[in-house]
Amino acid sequence: MNNYTISGSPHVHSTENTRKIMYRVILALVPALLVAIYYFGWYALRLTLVTVATCMLTEWLIQKYLIKGPLTINDGSAILTGLLLAFNVPANLPIWMAIVGSVFAIGVGKMAFGGLGKNPFNPALVGRVFMLVSFPTAMTTWPQVAPIFKAGFFTDAVTGPTPLGLLKESGATSLDHMQFVDMVLGNRGGAFGEVCAIALLIGAIYLIARKVIDIATPLSILLTVFVFTGIFYLVDPTQYIAPWYHLVYGGLILGAFFMATDMVTSPMTVRGKILFGVGIGLITVVIRLWGAYPEGVSFAILIMNAFTPLINKAFKPQVFGVVKPSKK
Amino acid sequence: MSNTLLISLLVLGILGAVLAVVLYIVAQRFKVEENPLIDEAEACLPGANCGGCGFAGCRALAEACVKQAAEKGNIDGLACPGTDMGKVAAVLGLTATAFEPKIAVVRCNGSCQNSPAKVHYEGAEICAFANTLYAGKGGCSKGCLGLGDCVKKCNFGALHIDKETGLPVVDPDKCVGCGVCAKTCPRGIIEIRPRGKKDRRVYVCCSNTDKGALVIKNCSVGCIGCQKCLKECPFEAIEMRGNLAYIDPAKCKACGKCAKVCPRGAIHTVNFPAPKPQTEQPAEAPKVELEKPVTV
Amino acid sequence: MNPIKTFHKGGVHPEENKFSADQPIQDFPMPKQIIVPLGQCLGAPAECIVNKGDRVLTGQLIGTAKGFISANVHSPATGTVAKVDVVMDHTGYYKPAVFIDREENDEWAPGIIVTDELLTDIKLDSKAIIDKVKECGIVGMGGATFPTHVKLMVPEGKKAEYVIINAAECEPYLTCDYRLLLEKTQEFLIGVKILMKAVNTDKGIIGIETNKIKAIELLDKTINEHRDLYAGIEVQPLKTKYPQGGEKQIIKAITGREVPSGKLPIETGCVVVNVASTYAVYEAVQKNKPLIDRIVTVTGKSVKKPSNFRCRFGVPADLLIEAAGGLPEDITDVINGGPMMGKSVSVTSFPTMKGTSGILLMTLREAQDRRQTNCIRCGRCAKACPMGLQPFLLHKVAKLNDFDETEKNHIMDCIECGSCEFTCPANIPLLDYIRYGKAKTGAIIKARSQK
Repeated sequence: MNNYTISGSPHVHSTENTRKIMYRVILALVPALLVAIYYFGWYALRLTLVTVATCMLTEWLIQKYLIKGPLTINDGSAILTGLLLAFNVPANLPIWMAIVGSVFAIGVGKMAFGGLGKNPFNPALVGRVFMLVSFPTAMTTWPQVAPIFKAGFFTDAVTGPTPLGLLKESGATSLDHMQFVDMVLGNRGGAFGEVCAIALLIGAIYLIARKVIDIATPLSILLTVFVFTGIFYLVDPTQYIAPWYHLVYGGLILGAFFMATDMVTSPMTVRGKILFGVGIGLITVVIRLWGAYPEGVSFAILIMNAFTPLINKAFKPQVFGVVKPSKK
Repeated sequence: MSNTLLISLLVLGILGAVLAVVLYIVAQRFKVEENPLIDEAEACLPGANCGGCGFAGCRALAEACVKQAAEKGNIDGLACPGTDMGKVAAVLGLTATAFEPKIAVVRCNGSCQNSPAKVHYEGAEICAFANTLYAGKGGCSKGCLGLGDCVKKCNFGALHIDKETGLPVVDPDKCVGCGVCAKTCPRGIIEIRPRGKKDRRVYVCCSNTDKGALVIKNCSVGCIGCQKCLKECPFEAIEMRGNLAYIDPAKCKACGKCAKVCPRGAIHTVNFPAPKPQTEQPAEAPKVELEKPVTV
Repeated sequence: MNPIKTFHKGGVHPEENKFSADQPIQDFPMPKQIIVPLGQCLGAPAECIVNKGDRVLTGQLIGTAKGFISANVHSPATGTVAKVDVVMDHTGYYKPAVFIDREENDEWAPGIIVTDELLTDIKLDSKAIIDKVKECGIVGMGGATFPTHVKLMVPEGKKAEYVIINAAECEPYLTCDYRLLLEKTQEFLIGVKILMKAVNTDKGIIGIETNKIKAIELLDKTINEHRDLYAGIEVQPLKTKYPQGGEKQIIKAITGREVPSGKLPIETGCVVVNVASTYAVYEAVQKNKPLIDRIVTVTGKSVKKPSNFRCRFGVPADLLIEAAGGLPEDITDVINGGPMMGKSVSVTSFPTMKGTSGILLMTLREAQDRRQTNCIRCGRCAKACPMGLQPFLLHKVAKLNDFDETEKNHIMDCIECGSCEFTCPANIPLLDYIRYGKAKTGAIIKARSQK
């Protein structure tokens, strides 16, 4: 007799799966990674390899020996966490710090909650913030960009301040020498993944086109930052810089398109996503303008991650055939 | 420096003291008087809050017992299925009532070997759902689906699915006979039966009421309703429910004669002394001609 | 052609795979013995009124409806009742059925017009039509098998404005309705007129997905050619999107009205009837012919000859599979119905019934083992849900047996279309759990209302 399969309907499924989603995001990060290698050379490559390998190894060890559940290491999520973590730190970070950060990101940020899908906070950001408060000096000593064809692949990088750091210390006028075009192309200091806005945007467009991420979150973040900083720029252009600079400085593009859109830790409905994005935008600007740290995207996303369950509860989809009481 | 230390110590110390006083006053002011007997009665109960007694939990049952004992002077009708209520009665100063320990019995032996799989199930691991989808892997529409709804519901950890047979197994040491599993099973396969004298019991390990011909198709150990056991039983303890023999535990004296005549080995005896060497393989019963199915 | 309409909330687009779309309907030869199940509709099975040894004629009543939601069953062949026993249906459960040993030639029960002549004149009035539909045992033939006469009885105080014919056939693979529209266009349109007369309305709208453009053009042309005959009937093209043929979705798409949660479609002034049922109504009212056959699509990716058969009820499904080129080697799943809402089959010998719209043979590649992973909270299920529910949440609370929470989150509004599970990247059997929760919640609500 034939051994037919009995299952509940539907009997066909879309070909989408978690792995494909994760690998698409990884693919979208490749252009930015290439640019980073171009600017920071061997350091960028080494750092990425270390974080990715550590993240995968940590997840594998925990699944195998602590949880003793199924091994899902090939779903790509650990690779993604490692990649995003590397993107968020200075390229010349000591290797042992990167390892500690990766272990913390996966171990505490993700596996402690039960693995993929159960973590309330973006694991890469958890790792990053952990490193930021543990190794403040190393985490804020940014290498200056030095294209490999000029400096060579293995050259030590010269360190220097980031635009936002300068801004914090010396005010808006200190940035006068920096060109907007340089900012966009990545010719500036900063965490290695966030330097080139163009490369990140190419990846983001790919993700939006493949419907991996929803444009609602990044758009509302960017608009909020733009409007909010724009108001201050109009009030006093000598003290505050123009809003378009805010968009390309620091990790805003990376955060808005690749970190805030993490499915696990962001709201599900479009209205929820917009509120989430506005919240991130506001907190980012508040930290940038008045906080102790020059950059606040990571903190903003983590804070809003905590609100995600609440937002999900408050913004439920409209049920078919149920009339809102207020409409009557 | 020492000044700062002193001030902070003082401030926190005073704050702590003040709050302690406030807490004490509040605790005294809003104290709920409870009969200490409730605690004592609750201590006699298993504390698993299974709901088998019909109350929300063990404490609720204890409260009900204390209340009824005060009002009527007895605890009749209030019973935890897994505990000797005599202990509770003793705590409350009443005479003990008779207690008959019970146990859950899985009335299906349609294991992977006895009822080989004809289809492959790939859906939610819930019996109640699978029950709506198909008759079962082996084709028996009254048999165990093996997805373990009963295991998930058991508050005492007394059930587990045997990986070899794919059937739930009751751990006699842990089972208190609360009956949650029996209520959960969508096919009513699990029955709560008295443990019996010396923990010996006899039961029909099948729940299929279909005609014998249909049972034989899917299972090698299902009851076919041949009524041999019915005729064999000296105590008239066996009755037919559809095409399924049922042993009434109230009448059964656990002699085990029925098990010996069952051509399908569907009657199981528990805790009987090991059979003598001559009759070593009672389960491997000789193949008999299928008796004419009885229509009811 | 009217402008294309659609519903807007949710929906998915599975591969259409309508392999049998160009296969004309073939009459299926009857085997020696047929097995007619007595429970062919939603609700109570019919009560058998024949005995072993009785001779029955084609179209003769053999089972009478029992209860409000139930339908009559007629003999699909002439022959002798071999026995009244049980038969395994597609789920493997035994269900009561009448076994009939067939004679070579059909002898029709008196009063049935067997000719192919098109009868355009509707003689019966509203009440007589509904009685006729009831007598002939017509049910919704899209798969839900809800008795049609119950649908047509408009409750007092309500008014039916539109008769909507559900010709969306949004299920992938199935083509039985499409073939019927192409081959029995006039009969079908008269059926629509009969339904309009039955519920006293002058508006009939046929909703068809745009992937059946030939049917849309043919219907438009026929209606234009016979304006006097088919006045009030309109063809409404609908976007090809699943579940366009869901009752609530098709009403929303065509009229813009939403069926209130927990209410029946008549609240919006619509009566929705399936294509095959409409054709059956024509045959019942004009020709006095009870429902004894239907079009069954036998299809699948590796099926040699995907076909549309006109098949009398009671023919075992394996014969149909045989006629479509036999059971291919690589089949792992046999589905009774379409791939989105059809039911898994345990045994292929099950008899065809009023609700058997298709027999789908799926290969390993389509029905592959789908390893379940953790929910990544992507929200795709909520986006795909045409009812605006949150399947991930319902799945979670149903799994925890929290039936207060399932009720609060409108689990009873779920139409079980399967869009959520289709789209889930983590392969979670969402609908299985939702169905389980729905059944449990429904039982709790019922128990409460009876108190």
